[in-house]
Amino acid sequence: MTASPIPLQAFLTVAAVLFCTGVWGLINSRNAVRVLMSIELMLNAVNINLMAFSSYVDGQLIRGQVFAIFVITVAAAEAAVGLAILLSLYRNRETVDMERFNLLRW
Amino acid sequence: MTIASTTQQICFVLLSAAVVLGSLGVVLLPNIVYSAFLLGGVFLSVSGLYLLLNASFVAAAQILVYVGAVNVLILFAIMLVNKKENLSAIPGLALRRVLSGLVCAGLFGLIMRVAFTTAWALPGPVPVGEEATIRIGEHLFSDYLLPFELASVLLLMAMIGAIVLARRDVFASDVITGEPVDQGLIEKARTPLLIETPNPQLQETR
Repeated sequence: MTASPIPLQAFLTVAAVLFCTGVWGLINSRNAVRVLMSIELMLNAVNINLMAFSSYVDGQLIRGQVFAIFVITVAAAEAAVGLAILLSLYRNRETVDMERFNLLRW
Repeated sequence: MTIASTTQQICFVLLSAAVVLGSLGVVLLPNIVYSAFLLGGVFLSVSGLYLLLNASFVAAAQILVYVGAVNVLILFAIMLVNKKENLSAIPGLALRRVLSGLVCAGLFGLIMRVAFTTAWALPGPVPVGEEATIRIGEHLFSDYLLPFELASVLLLMAMIGAIVLARRDVFASDVITGEPVDQGLIEKARTPLLIETPNPQLQETR
């Protein structure tokens, strides 16, 4: 088997950049919809890692790809419930500013 | 994969640049509609990366679920809550951005160190290539059968939960204030319960 033209570390680097961007956006976003988008970015970074390891290390039993499909399923469910929560939050407070969702703050 | 290795490398560089720049745009752009469309671009580029890894089924699932469902859902949510509001300034916002940037850079350095110092078991077994879809089907109906069925239950729960959370309750009278509710214009007629503007009638009941 010839070596793959793209090293495994290249995929890991892209996924790490994507994950760190998602973490930064999660901390710094004022808009609640953007927080959900950052979570989707982080989930995609994890999926890239799973797919890269599945192709490079576990090439015969591609268990990483099955895991990636399950992650996509859970991400879809999470997005639906998260946006529903956001919608009912918006109805009750008439804002999507994360700094004003402080009802349960000590 | 039958395409030449140089082509693969060029495709990888282009797709990676699209992923990184798109994600930065999602996080940094002030207009959230642009962010949502860039998020769709990031999802498409990630599915391109999956195609480079010979995973056509997961790439198709990524496009169908993320671009077709999640991104459209986010766009609808933006349309439903898109009210122009002037965000009040917070003290120390710039400091918080710098500090969280440092934390994220540290996390990135840590991940990079792990990625480049670990001795991965390379080269692994020969990849199955185009038979990946068949293998995934075999996995899903043999050793991953229970998670597969649980995923269907989870999706059903998420669907019912989203409907319950997002629908508007139609009662004859308001639960808290006791005044009759205009059935036709519920959203317009009902005062938001938890809003911060002083409302003497609500202050008593709280």
